[in-house]
Amino acid sequence: MADLTSDFVGIKSPNPFWLASAPPTDKEYNVRRAYEAGWGGVVWKTLGEDGPPVVNVNGPRYGAIWGADRRLLGLNNIELITDRPLEVNLREIKAVKRDYPDRALVVSLMVPCEEAAWKAILPLVEETGADGVELNFGCPHGMSERGMGSAVGQVPEYIEMVTRWVKQNSRMPCIVKLTPNITDIRKPAEAAKRGGADAVSLINTVNSITSVDLDLFAPEPTIDGKGAHGGLCGPAVKPIALNMVAEIARSPETRGLPISGIGGVTTWRDAAEFIALGAGNVQVCTAAMTYGFKVVQEMISGLSQYLDEKGVGLSDLVGRAVPNVSDWQNLNLNAISKAKIDQELCISCGRCYAACEDTSHQAIAMSDGRVFTVKDDECVACNLCVNVCPVEGCISMERMEVGATDPRTGKVVPAEFGDWTTHPNNPMARAAE
Amino acid sequence: MDARQLAGGIRAGRLEPQALEEGFSDLHPPYDDHEALVAADRCYFCHDAPCATACPTTIDIPLFIRQIATGTPEAAAKTILSQNILGGMCARVCPTETLCEEVCVREVAEGKPVEIGRLQRYATDRIMARNIHPFERAAPTGKRVAVVGAGPAGLACAHRLAMKGHDVVILDARPKPGGLNEFGIAAYKSTEDFAAREVDWLLGIGGIILETGKALGREVTLEGLKAEYDAVFLGLGLGGVNALGIDGGDRDGVSNAVDFISELRQAEDLAALPVGRDVVVIGGGMTAVDAAVQAKLLGALNVTIVYRRSQERMAASVFEQELAQAKGVRIICNATPKAVHGNGAVREIEFEFTDDDLTPTGERFRLPADQVFRAIGQSLVTEGLPTLDGRKIAVEGPGRTSLPGVWAGGDCAAGGDDLTVTAVAEGRDAAEDIHATLTR
Repeated sequence: MADLTSDFVGIKSPNPFWLASAPPTDKEYNVRRAYEAGWGGVVWKTLGEDGPPVVNVNGPRYGAIWGADRRLLGLNNIELITDRPLEVNLREIKAVKRDYPDRALVVSLMVPCEEAAWKAILPLVEETGADGVELNFGCPHGMSERGMGSAVGQVPEYIEMVTRWVKQNSRMPCIVKLTPNITDIRKPAEAAKRGGADAVSLINTVNSITSVDLDLFAPEPTIDGKGAHGGLCGPAVKPIALNMVAEIARSPETRGLPISGIGGVTTWRDAAEFIALGAGNVQVCTAAMTYGFKVVQEMISGLSQYLDEKGVGLSDLVGRAVPNVSDWQNLNLNAISKAKIDQELCISCGRCYAACEDTSHQAIAMSDGRVFTVKDDECVACNLCVNVCPVEGCISMERMEVGATDPRTGKVVPAEFGDWTTHPNNPMARAAE
Repeated sequence: MDARQLAGGIRAGRLEPQALEEGFSDLHPPYDDHEALVAADRCYFCHDAPCATACPTTIDIPLFIRQIATGTPEAAAKTILSQNILGGMCARVCPTETLCEEVCVREVAEGKPVEIGRLQRYATDRIMARNIHPFERAAPTGKRVAVVGAGPAGLACAHRLAMKGHDVVILDARPKPGGLNEFGIAAYKSTEDFAAREVDWLLGIGGIILETGKALGREVTLEGLKAEYDAVFLGLGLGGVNALGIDGGDRDGVSNAVDFISELRQAEDLAALPVGRDVVVIGGGMTAVDAAVQAKLLGALNVTIVYRRSQERMAASVFEQELAQAKGVRIICNATPKAVHGNGAVREIEFEFTDDDLTPTGERFRLPADQVFRAIGQSLVTEGLPTLDGRKIAVEGPGRTSLPGVWAGGDCAAGGDDLTVTAVAEGRDAAEDIHATLTR
């Protein structure tokens, strides 16, 4: 069994699966049970400044979208930071960390954008023995209306300023949690780095309305006839998160900045994908909120098996896919593929035909006996048929041999690489040397 | 096992009421909302879907399933009913395993089809429970059409004609409408008086007058109907039952399976319905299975279906055969009845083994029997009908008979399987042709 021991910015944990700052990590009771279930670490639910705690709504705080069989695909929340007194949280953090010294315990923080507020809370956290802090610059609802959370995360200058305060007033590792509700994720990441952050974590939740009650004409979740946007998480946001993680991992300005990957991690495979795109570890929330703490056991066994089969260690996997994340202009236009339908696997549902005929390139023929075949002289290898086929592996993209003639274009497949930067149709093309 | 089950002869009350109730409950219990969504989610929404092609009424199955999946079962029901106004009954009695579900791509791929029949029932039950009749009559045409037979073919024909604005009179020999839906199928396929409720709902279109107790050749004649109405549709089914034609075939205890099923369907109290201890059903179709299974459910100790050819050739579907066997019915194949023995009432029935070409092998055996059901097919009572094709009414295209102004469909017409769904399709198509003819 592969060694999953993780060292993230000096914070050690027996595996790279941490629970994200969220309802599952709101109190000692939960966190102890999470550790017992096998979680490598937790980021304690966000603490605010001392004083009367925030209050939450007393109606529904979650909304959801579902797939087949009511499988939860996306969860939206309007819950705020912890609504329990600061002193209670700190006492519990200290007790838990004392009893689980081998587990990571990071404390999420969100206090006003004043240095005094940060100066006040950081020593209190440090005193608990916690391993580090995560700055919540991501929550897009409620707290952002008060100038915190994503209101900070959307202004790189604020990120840099607050991060600097934290680093100047604490010896703890500092992870800056980023909001995806921006146009270019690299800018806030660069700001965090300039401020001295040890790492960034992303993504926080995505602004969302999950659905509309068509009787009440109100967004879900609805409270007394009104709704407010919440933050979406869960499997639905994973593709957004993967891209943002990859952007930071491959950007020259932020390359090497440790990343804690968050966003729809539900299985070991999701985790492996985040790690391959540059995440040093992952944080999980929705999967635990959907299935309970036990899901981590599948993540541990699955990632371990994968690493064993690949014959690599966890650290070897980190960033392994980053060099292959490129820009469109650098994709090889001379790599020509055609769809191929495996007639043995085909169940003749005709979805590929409907999709291609109605919405793509009319490159699939339907013949007697419901036999579906690809018309190579029309196929542009768009992959839509592969994506809509209900049978995994039935339709594949087969690359044409060099020297063969593409029946669609009548041109020979060249051996050499050729992308847009050198393409004759590109007015900006550099002359080939 | 108690004495009541062991007692010989044909007698009532072999089982406790609770056992009867359980036995005769819904064969395929209805889906609840969540089950329906899960089942609907399995549909791939195939292009030019094989299931719809396989359906004799060509219901747009992928569309109705998608309508269920998106929370609009009423719209799904309308999709079904616009092609098959008896979609509720067909959802219960169609041999889906040899029609839509047999060709479902998931059956082909995984051996587990989308459960189209149960989904269809979910949708049609929903619209009937809400007492919605989703069709409206067109403006009156002033034309009058007589429909003979209130079975699936006649009802489908009448509904479509009424929808087109014609005035329809349905005549049926029996005291209640419904035909085989009401009298001829196993009770566990049409629970809670569904057949009657469906007819009431269907008549909600308006413009249809139902006259029961009127048989062709008894109270009315085809000549008379032709003279009185603008068109006539014959959907009178098969009124006769084929005879055994063997020694002792008329002994007490020997009767028609269809009569047994009919009595059972109309019985107020199943505990009062007599059944033998050793029951033998002769035949290999749906009627044989319906009679055998229900005899078993009434408490018969030994029930045997004897079919003269091999089991693969039984007209009853594999599902029906397995249902019978699961209920404890024994199926003996390649045996043909030779004589019914007994002193007055039947005591034994004697068979001879045959090969698949019905050549006798010379080897004989006897089965103890105090009740024997004939289920070897029904036949048309042909007096005063249009030209026949074999033993049924000859039809061309959408049910046109040899007589101008007379159409026919369902079991009494030649061609097509003797299935409820086929009868519905034929009645519907004849109605369209009658409408086209009358409005030409």
